[in-house]
Amino acid sequence: MKRKRTEIDVVKPGWLTTVQDLGRHGYQRYGMPVSGVMDRFAAIVGNRLVGNPDRAAVLECTLKGPELFFRDDARLAVTGADLSPTLDGNDIPLWECLNVRRGSRLRFGTRRIGFRCYLAIAEGFDVPTVLGSRSTHSPSQTGGLDGRPLRAGDLLFGGPFDGDAEQLVGRRLPDRLLPRYDRSAILRVVLDSRREFFQDAAVSTLLHSVYTVAPQSDRMGYRLIGPPLPRAGAHHFISEGTATGALQVPADGQPILLMADRQTTGGYPPIAVVISADLPFAAQLGPGDTVRFVSCSIVEAQALLRTRHHLLDAALPPITVNRRSLGQKKSDGGSS
Amino acid sequence: MRLIPLGDSAVTVELGEAIDPDVNALAVAYANRIAAQGWSGIVDVVPTYRSITVHYDPLRWDLTALTDRLLALPCPYPREAEPQGTLHDIPVLYGGNQGPDLEGVASFAGLEPSEAIALHASVCYRVYMLGFTPGFPYLGLLPEKLAMPRLPTPRPSVPPGSVGLADRQTGIYPIATPGGWRLIGRTPIPLYRRTGLDPFLLKPGDLVRFRPIDQDEFERLSREMAHEHDRPQQRPR
Repeated sequence: MKRKRTEIDVVKPGWLTTVQDLGRHGYQRYGMPVSGVMDRFAAIVGNRLVGNPDRAAVLECTLKGPELFFRDDARLAVTGADLSPTLDGNDIPLWECLNVRRGSRLRFGTRRIGFRCYLAIAEGFDVPTVLGSRSTHSPSQTGGLDGRPLRAGDLLFGGPFDGDAEQLVGRRLPDRLLPRYDRSAILRVVLDSRREFFQDAAVSTLLHSVYTVAPQSDRMGYRLIGPPLPRAGAHHFISEGTATGALQVPADGQPILLMADRQTTGGYPPIAVVISADLPFAAQLGPGDTVRFVSCSIVEAQALLRTRHHLLDAALPPITVNRRSLGQKKSDGGSS
Repeated sequence: MRLIPLGDSAVTVELGEAIDPDVNALAVAYANRIAAQGWSGIVDVVPTYRSITVHYDPLRWDLTALTDRLLALPCPYPREAEPQGTLHDIPVLYGGNQGPDLEGVASFAGLEPSEAIALHASVCYRVYMLGFTPGFPYLGLLPEKLAMPRLPTPRPSVPPGSVGLADRQTGIYPIATPGGWRLIGRTPIPLYRRTGLDPFLLKPGDLVRFRPIDQDEFERLSREMAHEHDRPQQRPR
């Protein structure tokens, strides 16, 4: 029996709301950015709370969330930034699985903490996969909902409401695992092993200064304002692969922190790379927020990430079963 | 060969010091070989001018295990492992509105615009790498005479299909983006088709030859491409 999918109207789109999953991998060699959620931890938790595999598509809402009208019953979780979500005017908890009745209206208010909020729905948001991913890359109009952010009047589809999964409701992320977002973040970095592209003072400047996230920051990268990191003039940098979290330094010495929609290759040398375990905290920074950097080894960085995932797995085990319609429309053509 | 860790989830393997077709052929061949191993948890292998960046899942690999595996992999010789890249004929309408910087580039080179076109189209270029935007090819080497530096201020929007040059490189903008390269012409051939099964026309190691066309042919090809866009795509080769 084919069950009806959950239909959701986009009444207001919010400031920047996109469909994202864990990213489009395997095509960086053709210049295709990875995209995907900026805060992987929040998105993964949201998916596990509603009983989804980690890679299900979620909504990433930025600064000001959307207004959504539920035409059908649904199960959802709101994670990440606290943008004051309400359901029919009542505050709702973050990091918790909720049931929503048909006819309900989800709204967001002011930004309390963080910058990007995630909305996970049972079985994920149903958009076609493009190159193996449902993530939106707006600059190339690829993936997501016709390759663009949500607009008023859009209709979203979630998986069919599953009454059998009632035991999920009220399940929440244990307090001890809740990320503490801070508008003055301290991010750990792995320093680049090459020293020829920078003057000796650059690394110590990086590690002893406060940088402010500039207004011209987006999903591609954050421009950071602060003491310049002096380049060494003699060495010409030949374009090479970039990484999410890399701090690229152009000639003016003002670093750019590369984020989810980063270019796959870059012509500016990286001085350091933010560790994977701290990228979710970087994702929750907005313009005007500040950041400091602390050095960390690769072994330490990987151990931190593993520990965090072990703790998460113990609290909310990953969903591995391939439930009914998760593959949904297997069309690799983006037009719908 | 130098291994340069890039944070906790990528490592760059540097194969040479300079932009050189043989070093680049080695990078492409080596990247193909790494990708062909099918190691789970290796999420992207990206060949660039003279290096390869391997992106890995740090929950499944640590750096030592990965570099041991990479170093144990026999490094191919450039001519041995690389299949001959596909040769692409790219029609270009040079100058006019489609190539607003042609005259400036020609006078920089001390040439007539027609001579600059002939010189640009006389070379069989190598796709050294793709980057910047989906499907943007870095083609080289551009003849020394035409090697003009980029614009002091990038244009806020460059139309898709624009053919540009900067220093010893030439390239084609697949999508509308800001861009600082000198624009000398435009091709009606799409380099990135977001609805295709194989959306990327060019691959690392491919060869490109530009063919000057006139306004009529540009318009005819543009119409054909728009029509072809509506048809189902072929499977990738």
